[in-house]
Amino acid sequence: MAAIRISAMKTAKAGEIIELKALIRHKMETGFRRGSRGEAIPRDIITHFVCLYNGEAVFEADFFPSVAANPFLIFYTRATESGTLEFRWTDQHGTVSSQTANISVES
Amino acid sequence: MRHFRWPLIGLLLGALSACGEEPASDSVRETGLAPDTIVSGYAFLTPETQSEQDDDFLNPANLWVDEGGKLFLSETGVSAACASCHGEGDMRLDGAATRYPTIDHASGELVNLEGRINLCRTRHQQADPLEYESEPLLSLTTYVASLSRGQAISTALSTDEQVFYEVGKTYFNTRRGQFNLSCRECHDLNWGKQLRGDTISQGHSNGFPAYRLEWQTLGSLHRRFRDCDAGIRAEPRTYGSADYLALELYLRVRAQGLPMETPAIRR
Ligand code: HEC
Ligand code: HEC
Repeated sequence: MAAIRISAMKTAKAGEIIELKALIRHKMETGFRRGSRGEAIPRDIITHFVCLYNGEAVFEADFFPSVAANPFLIFYTRATESGTLEFRWTDQHGTVSSQTANISVES
Repeated sequence: MRHFRWPLIGLLLGALSACGEEPASDSVRETGLAPDTIVSGYAFLTPETQSEQDDDFLNPANLWVDEGGKLFLSETGVSAACASCHGEGDMRLDGAATRYPTIDHASGELVNLEGRINLCRTRHQQADPLEYESEPLLSLTTYVASLSRGQAISTALSTDEQVFYEVGKTYFNTRRGQFNLSCRECHDLNWGKQLRGDTISQGHSNGFPAYRLEWQTLGSLHRRFRDCDAGIRAEPRTYGSADYLALELYLRVRAQGLPMETPAIRR
């Protein structure tokens, strides 16, 4: 499992806009580079990210070869109910890396 | 490819080659930098990169600190975790990195932090040494160095260390490679000036292992040395080589007590 760092509030007020941060370790090899002997270095990238709030997608992103290594995302959502936030990355081979954070929402 | 990264160096700094050798100083501690001008590589970063380094969440090098912290706690096959000896008390490693490289008294050899960690693996953990620049060694080194963040790099130099210091100083001041430049030409005499798109810093070691944007990953100080040697089209030394260890010792003293910044971000 890739190294992941997540930042999310543990508690929030209902209706509050919360900031979420997600960083994952990945080389994001573009597939356009060549090694010291001229051989093509095969592409190896994450292609998709989704953040699920109690199972519902609240933020999604497609990644392409020009995204830098160790991609970092900041995005926002509205706190509606207590539960879990799952951060999920899928690479070009279909391998999934994910991490979950709990949030408790007070009305 | 790396060998051709700085095609204009010859034109930009060629004039310097004509200046001839500077007279060598005979005082041991005297380096090519005036003490009141010492400044970290941090000062030459853009404000955006500086704030990225300062933000513990944003700084991608912390991925290696996290990983190293996990390795520090985990048992390696037959023997105890690093933390079982170094977790608390006198053996804690806060500040340890500021003293490296230094002499390992058991062998009389000069060792850097990577070397010390590998000695602990072989002597105290009955484990194999980790390969230089491998992810686990980079992670452990970054984690241990991060425990000294903010502390001043030691300028102490024992009598045993002096001979290595001289070797390092000579390496630093000797012209080499197709461009016939020494480290000194750039980092003592031309810091603050532009080398193509880059501003030359004083070439300090206080941020390493560091996350380099050009590498798109984290690397050791010796990897940085290899890039600078390749940039002047000199033959880079191998990781952990005697020359680079001595050079690292010279840089430790030359930094005149700059605070450790590991894990730093550099261009
Ligand atoms: C069984 C106990 C033991 C274990 C396990 C151990 N060490 Fe050590 N470590 C020592 C001792 C003893 C020293 C002092 C030097 C020596 O005698 O080798 C030391 C020295 C060090 C130092 C230098 C401290 C200084 O102030 O100079 C570092 C850094 C270090 N160890 C890191 C590690 C790391 C990282 C690990 C795990 C990979 C580890 N050690 C595992 C016993 C241990
Ligand atoms: C042609 C000029 C040039 C020469 C010669 C050169 N370097 Fe560099 N060095 C650079 C540039 C450019 C950088 C990247 C910008 C910076 O931090 O200075 C750099 C970066 C560094 C850094 C990282 C500094 C930091 O804060 O991240 C170190 C350490 C370093 N060099 C050491 C050396 C050593 C040791 C030598 C001799 C083996 C050497 N350099 C030779 C141009 C040079």
